[in-house]
Amino acid sequence: MAEETKSPQPPSNEELAKAANPAGSGTPDPSSPGAPQPAIPAEKPPAAAAPAKPAAPAKPAGPVPQPWDSPLVAKLKRQYGSGLEAWTYLNQNYLQVDRSLIPTVLQLLRDEDQFDYCVDVTAVHYPKRERQFDVIWMLYSFAHNERMRVKTQLADGEHIPSVASLWATANWLEREVFDMFGIQFDGHPDLKRILLPDGWKGYPLRKDYGIIQQDQEWVQINLGIESGQ
Amino acid sequence: MTDPISSVSHLDLEESKHTFLDANELVINMGPQHPATHGVLRVILRLDGEKVMGLECVIGYLHRGVEKIAEHRTYTMFNPYVDRMDYVAAVSNGLGYCEAVEKLLNIEAPPRANYIRVILTELNRIASHQLWLGTHALDIGAMTPLFYTFRDREEILKIFEKYCGARLTTHAFRIGGCQYETYEGFEKDVKKFLAFVAPKIDEYEELLTTNRIWVERTKNVGNISAKDCIALGVTGPVLRASGVKWDVRKAQPYAAYKQFDFEIPTGQNGDTYDRYLVRMAEMRQSLRIIQQAVHGIPEGPIMAKVSKVLKPPVGEIYHSIEAPKGELGYFIVSDGSTQPYRVRVRPPSFVNLQALDLMCRGQLVADVIAVIGTLDIVLGEVDR
Repeated sequence: MAEETKSPQPPSNEELAKAANPAGSGTPDPSSPGAPQPAIPAEKPPAAAAPAKPAAPAKPAGPVPQPWDSPLVAKLKRQYGSGLEAWTYLNQNYLQVDRSLIPTVLQLLRDEDQFDYCVDVTAVHYPKRERQFDVIWMLYSFAHNERMRVKTQLADGEHIPSVASLWATANWLEREVFDMFGIQFDGHPDLKRILLPDGWKGYPLRKDYGIIQQDQEWVQINLGIESGQ
Repeated sequence: MTDPISSVSHLDLEESKHTFLDANELVINMGPQHPATHGVLRVILRLDGEKVMGLECVIGYLHRGVEKIAEHRTYTMFNPYVDRMDYVAAVSNGLGYCEAVEKLLNIEAPPRANYIRVILTELNRIASHQLWLGTHALDIGAMTPLFYTFRDREEILKIFEKYCGARLTTHAFRIGGCQYETYEGFEKDVKKFLAFVAPKIDEYEELLTTNRIWVERTKNVGNISAKDCIALGVTGPVLRASGVKWDVRKAQPYAAYKQFDFEIPTGQNGDTYDRYLVRMAEMRQSLRIIQQAVHGIPEGPIMAKVSKVLKPPVGEIYHSIEAPKGELGYFIVSDGSTQPYRVRVRPPSFVNLQALDLMCRGQLVADVIAVIGTLDIVLGEVDR
């Protein structure tokens, strides 16, 4: 962070300025830690000025997801009605789909709407929610040069159908989601850990898994050391 | 449902148990410590004599939990970590991450920063391809190209070093633009490099393109069709060598790529030789891009107005770029705090490696080395 605060000016300019003005010659150098008062009022006013105040509370809200309308969405809504919501956020479209509709919607998107490239399958953990996981499929259509995401919510322990039969690439991607989050994909040809060792206990990308936490037992047995830390 | 993809899919590992003369199938372990796996990749091969019946990759030896680390760092602090994924194309990694966060913050880097970004990223693409060519040729038995490519790659690393002090894990960009203004003589150095390297690429081609041994070892080796590439999510030069004219720089332009005139080289057969030709042509296209960028580099600021503490609004974003290996994507979820709630990296090497099994089936065991080389994987990115 310290680096970042200094960043906008090229360091060479500052150095030149310093060299030109020996310490105490009057011109305050805001970046030097010893710079006295004059530097602070010079920086403060724009931040503390009145017009900035009303803008501040509006900022955290940021842009909000807008409903996404397109012939594709209309078609899906006609078929599946309330199980599906379509949003667009920062010009990126996504569908929030009910878990039970996932296999049919994804199949439809691939077969009828030419979303033939599954870019990624991933998940996000929200431990405070009742349905703790978001599972996300990122799709791309070569024909339409269009991206979209499909999202669904999943409770801990709940299974989700695998899409490895629709997009072969989902094989490893689903294995990684299983490895990191412990989400089970039904119908996956070979669902086992991919990045972590087979015998590992715990799912590291869950929020309740600590950053330095390890499977100590595995480390002791397989590496013959007390701790991996 | 009887499309050819599912019938050739590498997912059904149990097929073809019968070997020639009903001899026993041989299971051989290759790696993880093996010079031709370009890192720590373990491959379990099922062989019938010298013929590969199938294989399985065992990965994760270099897993550092980059995505977990991201959740415990601020947006700015995580920036250098991305350089350590694909460490031979650190500039591309940084560009993808910075642009993803910029999108989330709804800001744009100024034009001058975008030009600097394009120049450095394309230089890095050439460096990455040079490293690939040298090691790939070495694997197959041609030792000379390695010395040629490393000699010339050095010139790119020198430019990086002069620009930001680092040669490999550069951390060249910042969220909102570039940290450093170009050094005095940067443009001259880049122009000098362009003039220097163009004939060198011809030199590599002279060594290999019509070399009989090279052609025999690469033609019709590790074929993959366009359809299989798409099903397996394979991107980058591998996809293009199979005849799909798709490049994120053209399909969904980012940085300043819209302003440059360049072509997407493609192949037809999707074999190792075509992938070699595609990458060679890509280096020349990169030179073209740099040529245009360095002559048209605009004046102006190099950083957008970014607050010291980054707090993107609640939301999520997916942004991808064309890294030297393929589509590199970042999916970032923000909860409105200073640290990302989740960062997902969509690594091209990881996804492309999945095609290894399909590409090696029915080939000779010696060709596995050629196919690993032609996929151009970096294990730091596969395992993250």
